[in-house]
Amino acid sequence: MVDVTASHQRTASASDYLALLKPRVMSLVVFTGLVGYVAAPGAGDWVLGFAAVFAIAIAAGASGALNMWYDSDIDLIMTRTRSRPIPSGRIDREEALMMGLTLSALSVVTMYLAAGALAAGLLAFTIFFYAVVYTMWLKRATPQNIVIGGLAGALPPAIAWAAKTGSLGIDPLLLVAIIFFWTPPHFWALSLLQKDDYAAAKVPMLPVTHGAQATRVQIFAYSLLVAPLAVTPVLTGLGNMIYAAVSVLGGAMFVFLAYRVLRSKAGEGIAADDKRARDLFGFSILYLFMLFAVIFIERGFA
Amino acid sequence: MNETVTLTPEELKARKRRNMWLALSLGAFILLVFAITVSKMQAYSLLGISAQ
Repeated sequence: MVDVTASHQRTASASDYLALLKPRVMSLVVFTGLVGYVAAPGAGDWVLGFAAVFAIAIAAGASGALNMWYDSDIDLIMTRTRSRPIPSGRIDREEALMMGLTLSALSVVTMYLAAGALAAGLLAFTIFFYAVVYTMWLKRATPQNIVIGGLAGALPPAIAWAAKTGSLGIDPLLLVAIIFFWTPPHFWALSLLQKDDYAAAKVPMLPVTHGAQATRVQIFAYSLLVAPLAVTPVLTGLGNMIYAAVSVLGGAMFVFLAYRVLRSKAGEGIAADDKRARDLFGFSILYLFMLFAVIFIERGFA
Repeated sequence: MNETVTLTPEELKARKRRNMWLALSLGAFILLVFAITVSKMQAYSLLGISAQ
């Protein structure tokens, strides 16, 4: 019998594995999924509702782990992602892959048990879309990566809606559309500030391929799309009076901040102008949170 | 020829912690499936009562 020393340290802690699941992305997905479940018609069942939202959370975590497995090479180059568990050497790539695949399977099975085939199918599609279509294909291939790939992050309210009702309709699709069109200006505001990082990693983000000016125009164009779109739930009855006020005022503020970015030199290394992109990024999170929080309150306590 | 790997005390501690979290996660998953099953059975039995 030969005694050998471990080839490398394996001292990863639970928090490293948690980091692999991208908890901040998970929290947003859980929130929008919860709102989708509460907003859907019917009384629902709190155990099945919890299971459905939990399955969405686990699926988001699984997608995050698969993304970190595949992107560990570029994560090592970019400052923002260098300290993630794989590039920092705390977790093996293979371990992340196995964790991602296992959690994917568990989340889809849980959703199927709790809510049936439609919600489970949508959940499986979302994981596939994020891990394969976005991460493996679009992200390194086109500056439209986050536009198309944003669908994966937009689907949770519809999945939760389908989990409660067994069907889809115009209201859940509106919620999906709001997140879908909100994603590009939100993400591009951040990527304007991290242009050099993306360029070093050879990720074709819009500011890298088309420059800061074109990105600022696109941000403004999308803000003009998302602001009126966010008001439309009032027309279908999904949103009431408070929602109308919040969506109109929030949308106006969003367009105003996007206009400030358009008129600035954000992304060109001028600190004062970069701040405008940072302001838009910060407000975009608050804006989406407010829209969904109001729907949660209006529908949940109606 | 058999090979064994000698783990450092730090690695042993980390492994123990990982195993504990794995066990807790597995337990939580079993409880969740149990709760889903009970909830579904209740729903079906209520449907049965209303159909009678």
